[in-house]
Amino acid sequence: MSGELILQNLTSPVVLAFVLGAIATLVRSDLKIPEQIYSALSVYLLLAIGLKGGVELSNTTFDVVIWPALGTLALGVLIPVIAFAVLRRKFDRANAAAIAAHYGSVSAVTYMAAVAFATRAGDNPEGFMPAMVAILEVPAIIVGLLLARRKGSGDLKSAVAEILSGKSVILLIGGLMMGLAAGDAGFAPVAPVFKTAFSGLLVIFLLEMGMVAARRFADVRRVGAFLVGFALLAPIAQGALGVIVGHLCGLGPGGMTILGAMAASASYIAAPAAVRVGIPEANPSLSLTAALGITFPFNLSIGLPLYHWFALLLTK
Amino acid sequence: MAPAKVLTIVAEMALRRRLIEDFQRLGATGYTESEARGQGSRGRRTSELEGQNVRFEIIASAATAEAILKHIGDHYFENYAVIAYLVDGTVLRGEKYT
Repeated sequence: MSGELILQNLTSPVVLAFVLGAIATLVRSDLKIPEQIYSALSVYLLLAIGLKGGVELSNTTFDVVIWPALGTLALGVLIPVIAFAVLRRKFDRANAAAIAAHYGSVSAVTYMAAVAFATRAGDNPEGFMPAMVAILEVPAIIVGLLLARRKGSGDLKSAVAEILSGKSVILLIGGLMMGLAAGDAGFAPVAPVFKTAFSGLLVIFLLEMGMVAARRFADVRRVGAFLVGFALLAPIAQGALGVIVGHLCGLGPGGMTILGAMAASASYIAAPAAVRVGIPEANPSLSLTAALGITFPFNLSIGLPLYHWFALLLTK
Repeated sequence: MAPAKVLTIVAEMALRRRLIEDFQRLGATGYTESEARGQGSRGRRTSELEGQNVRFEIIASAATAEAILKHIGDHYFENYAVIAYLVDGTVLRGEKYT
């Protein structure tokens, strides 16, 4: 792993904005991103990655995408099952399944940071990766709900409806379809908003992420050593698995790094809403604290260069 | 002037849709909804990322308000972040709420 790349990652505006947000919360600053702006930004970011992915898909043949798609689907089913088995050693069925659903699903912001990282590292990642985000997002949550189900409680149908009608699925899938239909020529006029401005707006979003994550730091002590260990070790194992699957599916080092980061990440937009409905007896602050307070900062700082290093090792 | 009950419910956002269905099914003639933030025994909901709260206010007859309150107690208190309380009120057009 090159020290230069780690330093380059840590000094990127995306990571620094997260750190700044965290510092602002820790010193009790009055800094606040208005909620409406946060909402609008999340809509923008999800739609933008969907659109860009759709445009890339319109230039990609089916046989190039199908293997990564199947590999991603396999990750979405496998990861929550393994995570559940590990978490069951400490947690009851409901909480283990809820946390497993979060860790099996994907964090779109980690994905965006991974794309920025791989692009900066000169890897030229595959453009169709947003389609993989859409594929990885849903299955793990459903697997998690099914794992919790033996208890007989929770409402699977409403929970699945909650995922499919949730904003991240609507915007991602919708954006993919829009981009696919529009193609390069149709996308060109809106590209200044959705492509050129993207990285800058992501930085503002990370500022808010830093503030919310830092508010979770205080809860980290309360979730127990087991979950803290899980939140640090699971991304490494899942990330390695993601990189290997990416390699087997024919992705280049950039795509492998991104798929690794996606597999390593834990959802905190789509999963919490669905899990709250499907597994109401699980404690939501366990998943959120682990995903947002520990795993997200870990992936952002150390995980990305780690998965990238592993991807290069495999491709050599 | 007529007496009526004012029922206030503050719940995590995950319950929003189901609560509205409950109100209508149990006979409320209307409700007022607003976003809320706060902290309690089930943690903190102060941002969209952490999930938000929703606050409902309902003016209803004593029978309807008590039925809704009981329904919330029976179905949601165990697993969800939700508080609900009932106070006495006075309204004009009392027949509007029955």
